[in-house]
Order: sequence, then C-alpha cells, then structure tokens
Amino acid sequence: MRLLIIEDDRDAADYLVRAFRETGHVADHAADGEEGLAMALDGDYDVLIVDRMLPKRDGLSVIGELRAKKVETPVLILSALGQVDDRVKGLRAGGDDYLPKPYSFSELLARVEVLARRRGGRNEETVYRVGDLELDRLSHRVTRGKEEVILQPREFRLLEYLMKHAGQVVTRTMLLENVWDYHFDPQTNVIDVHISRLRSKIDKGFSQPLLHTIRGAGYMIRDGSRN
Amino acid sequence: MMTALGKVVRTTAFKLTLAYLTVFALFAVFLLGYFALNTKRLFTEQVTEAVNTEINGLVDHFNAGGIRRLTLVVDARSRRPGSSLYLVTTPGADGLAGNVGSLPTGAMDKQGWAETVYRRIEETENSELHSALARVYHLPGGFRLLVGRDLEERDRLFQVVLDAGKWSAAVVIILGLVGGFFVARRVLRRVDAMTETTRTIMGGNLSGRLPVGSSGDELDRLAHNLNEMLDRIEALMRGLKEVSDNIAHDLKTPLTRLRNRAEEALRTASSEKDYRAALEGTIEESDSLIKTFNALLMIARAESGQARENMVDFDAAEAARSVGELYEPLAEEQGLSLEVDAPGAAPMRGNRELISQALANLVDNAIKYAGPLAKANGTVSAVTVAARSDGDRVILSVGDAGPGIPEADRDRAVERFVRLEKSRSIPGSGLGLSLASAVARLHGGELRLGDNGPGLRAELVLPRNGPVPQSVPQTEEREERAA
Repeated sequence: MRLLIIEDDRDAADYLVRAFRETGHVADHAADGEEGLAMALDGDYDVLIVDRMLPKRDGLSVIGELRAKKVETPVLILSALGQVDDRVKGLRAGGDDYLPKPYSFSELLARVEVLARRRGGRNEETVYRVGDLELDRLSHRVTRGKEEVILQPREFRLLEYLMKHAGQVVTRTMLLENVWDYHFDPQTNVIDVHISRLRSKIDKGFSQPLLHTIRGAGYMIRDGSRN
Repeated sequence: MMTALGKVVRTTAFKLTLAYLTVFALFAVFLLGYFALNTKRLFTEQVTEAVNTEINGLVDHFNAGGIRRLTLVVDARSRRPGSSLYLVTTPGADGLAGNVGSLPTGAMDKQGWAETVYRRIEETENSELHSALARVYHLPGGFRLLVGRDLEERDRLFQVVLDAGKWSAAVVIILGLVGGFFVARRVLRRVDAMTETTRTIMGGNLSGRLPVGSSGDELDRLAHNLNEMLDRIEALMRGLKEVSDNIAHDLKTPLTRLRNRAEEALRTASSEKDYRAALEGTIEESDSLIKTFNALLMIARAESGQARENMVDFDAAEAARSVGELYEPLAEEQGLSLEVDAPGAAPMRGNRELISQALANLVDNAIKYAGPLAKANGTVSAVTVAARSDGDRVILSVGDAGPGIPEADRDRAVERFVRLEKSRSIPGSGLGLSLASAVARLHGGELRLGDNGPGLRAELVLPRNGPVPQSVPQTEEREERAA
C-alpha cells in the first residue's frame, strides 16, 4: 500500500510513517494542508490519512477540494474531535472513515487496509466463500461444508461483514460501527461474546477454525489452510 | 455636586421627563391660546347682541315718541350703574343725551360698528381715553344714535387668562424639572446599587445578589431575573468546580497507577516477557483512561446542549430492542436472562445514538451488578429492557434483580464519578448513570432510579417531542428541589 499521511504533529507523523513501514507499506508525509493537497493530487496513493486540524488549510477542506477534482482516493480522517456529530461532519465532507484520537495503531492499520481493499471491491459478489464456509447474500443462507448454519439476523450481518473483509483484521469498533451502527464505546466488550457465539455456530465440530482472534487488534476470518 | 447633577440629568428618566414637559407645555400654550381667543370672540358676540337689542328698543322709542322721548330714555339709562355707553346727537353733532363726553371727530358720521376711543361725560379733557366697541345708527331727521360697550372688561379678562397661563407654565416647568430630577435620582440610586453589586460579582464574589424591592415594578423584575441568572451561573460554576475536582481525582488515580506500573517495570523487569507484560498493562490502563475521558466529554457535551442539533425522529422501542440484542449474549454469559419488553412502536424525537448509549450504559450496569449476585445464588435472574409510550412521554426502563441502590443513595448515584462504596470492587468509570442522566436532561427528561423489588429499576423518562426550546427542565428541577 502507498499511503499519504497529512498531519502537522511531527512526532505523531514520524511514528505513523515508521509503523506503516514496519508493516510493509510505503508512507509519505505532508506537514500542512496545502502541501498535503498538492501531494495527494500528484501522487498515486491507495489511502490518505488526514488530520482535521492542519495549518494553512484544514483537513475537511483538503478532502472537499480533492473530491471536487474527482480524486476518489479513500480518505481516513484522524481527529481529536471524536463526538458523533464531528464524525458525521467528517464523513459528509467526503471522508470514508473517521478515527478519533487517541487511537491504537492496530485499529488504524485495520481500517486503512479495509479502505485500500475497498477499491478492488467485493461488493458485487453475491456469495462470499472462505474455505468451505459459504454465505449467500441474496438468500441469506450460510453453509459450512454440507451443513446449513442457522444464524440470527444480526449474526448473519456480523459474519457477512467479516467475510466481506476475509483475510483482513477487523476491529471491535469497526464491527460495532458497521454491524450495529453504534459509534459509542460500550463499557464491556460485548462484541467478544457475539463473536464467540458465532464461532460456536460456524467453527464448532470442525477441525479447521476459520474465525480467528488477532491479539490486541480484533478478529479475522480466513481459510487457515491457505496461509 | 456638578457631576452628580450631570449624572442625574443624563439619566433616561430625566430625559423622558424633559420630553414630556415640552409636549405638555406646548399643549398648555395651545389650550390657553384657544381659550383666550374664544373668550374674546364670545365677549364680542355678547356685546354685539346686547347693543343691537338696545338700538332696536331705542329706535322703537324714537318712532313712538320722537327725539324727546329718546333723549329721556337715554338719559335714564345712562345714569344706571354699569350701564352701556350712549350718545344721541343732532345732525350737527351736538350732544343731546347720553354718558359719552368726547369722541374722535367724525366718529358719528358713518353708520355701523367700530372700535373707538372715548371719554365719559363726567371726565375732564386730561383723563385717559377708554376703548369701546360701539354701533352708530342714523335716525330719521338726521339724529344720530351711538350705543356701545366699554372694552376694558374684555381686555381685563384677556389679561387674567394670559397671567394664568404664564403662572401655570412657570409652575409646571418648575414642578416638572424638580419631579423629573427626583424620579431620575431615585431610579439612578437603584441602578447605581445594581451596578455596584454587579461590579463586586464581576470581582469574583459570585454569591452577591442584587437588591430587590417589594414594589414588583420593572426594576424589581429585572433584578429578580438577574438574580435567577446569577443563581444559575453560580450553580454551573460550582458544578464545574466539582467536575474539575472529580476529574483531578479520578483521572489522577489511574494516571498514577500507569506511572507506577511503568516505573516498576523499569526497576524490576528482567526479561522481555516482563517488559511486554508491563507495556500491555500500560496500554490497557491508558485505554480505560481514554474511555473515562470520552465519557466525560460526552457528558459535558450533552449538558451544554450541543448535541441538540442532531435530533431526529426515531422509534425508541426499536432502539431498545437493538440495545437488548447487543447485550443479550453478554447477559447470558453472566448467568442472566435478558428480556426485551418493547412490543409496539414508541416514536420520539431525539438523538438516537445518545439514547442508545444511555440505555446501553444502564444495561451494562444492570449486568455488572446483577450478574455476580445471580452467580452467587446459583439462580438465573432477569434483566428487563422495556420501552413504551405514555401519553406525550416515552419511557425506557432497565430493571435488574441485583443489589439495587438504597433510596438515600439514589440521588448521589447519578452524580459524576460517584461509585457507591459497595461497588468499588466492580470495574467501570462510575460515569454510566451520570451519562444516562445527562442524556435524559439534554432531551428535557430525567433519569429516575427506583426499586425493582428486588434490584434496581432505572427509567429514562423522555418527552416525546424532544426538548422544549427554553430552559424549562432547569426551572422544573429548581422547583422540585425547593418543594
């Protein structure tokens, strides 16, 4: 992945550039809104990471300008303003995802990877397959091997989201946002319990588990035998 | 003294008095002028009528008895006290009868009305001339008859009116100025007192209040309202201080823990595994700090009313079902059963996300407190999430069979950071209930804690149509406290 980080805090930016390089990505850095806009227009980036409050030109206006010029590179907004209405404002301005500071790098990485992959898009597929697990988005049928798996509607949506991003880390917050449409932080980790229920329905009794817990980050569904 | 006078003169009350005074004076001048002119006209009319009548009578006498009878009658009338003016002359202008001595020459030559000067017959040549309104009538045979009235009376009356006007104008102006001065000074004194008080309040003494009189006039009402505003500000300031104290306490505690942990790792860790564990611990600790911080910001935002912009129409029953569904597996894992009792729709206007979060906090709390008790007793108790419409209100409730909150502690439980002593061992920021309460107040409703017999029953009572634009909930709150 090629990333552009538009962030005025030198330390935070350096940390991100280093961390992305360590995980095998290329990250450039722009220190203000004008520079960032120029680089985003020139370079071919997979994802832009934009801070909201920037010198010279604020983050939302950079995104607005890019969208006006038909640059559709996915944008993740990073901001200290983390309330629901700030988020709505950011997404309305053309951002694709919104992450309030302080964030954990694993959360950011997971979200950036999902955004980058979105370009290829798995949206058109009507049947998702991971190993011998199959999810039909039209008939809402889920089968593992030859057996049908009976899921509650919410469990279906949970599995659908995981399978849509098969092979990618999906964080708890991402699940809460995309499956439940909640943007607050429940005090207890309710998501874990939902996952273990789902796991017992799709993995129990099979030698090859598909739904994996990624420590310190979240969950991933993948065909273990392929990796 | 000059500046004090200048201050009074500059007041609105004094300026108003001046304006009224001017208008009143103009009106008085107009009224007096009108009165004087009309009096004059009326007097003239009366004179004219009386003179005409007399002339007609005298002409009748002349016609009946000739010049001799006329002179007799005129002489008789002339001698009456306060009589009119009479003069009968020959064609050669020699006086025959009457009380008029001298007239300007040729005054009798022309018939009709004229204002003229005269002297009475008994007066000498040197005495002053009087003015009169008179009518000259030419009788058959060349005799001339003059009947008139002295105008002194009229002029005197006019003078009286004029004098009255002058005096009353002087009195009005003096009284007006003095009255205006006193009214202005009285108002000024009260406003000065208010200014003085506000200055001490600005100086930092927030407990100062404006003096309120007993008359209930507009200044009293203003003072009363300002005092209420000051009450509100003082309460907010006190709240702010409490919050910052609490933040200092409840954020410093985990921060200290965080620091200690890092320090300890530096001092004692010997292997990479130890360092890793210490670092993971610090991350966990900072995550929970962030959670606390977010909850605080959230409460602050809800309390300041900023989140009111995002109110939409939504179904609270659906929100309750959704939250119930989110927590159902967790409840089951904790040995509880979660039941949702929200069969119908409960449409309302509000911030769906915040209400869901408030409800989630209540459910979270219920599970946290009822779970251990259920495990200890070895029974399955229920957490019930319910939503229903009740007239113009929507009631969202969460009931559990946990230990509950003693009635005396319920008010305190809603305050920020308060974790009742018994619950210190249970993890959490202690902000759940206060957040729910802030969300309820944001919507113009309230959070009620009650007995679920056994356990706690928390109810979010929300107005169906969203908050009333004014600060009604605050007034209600105050009344309740006073009651």
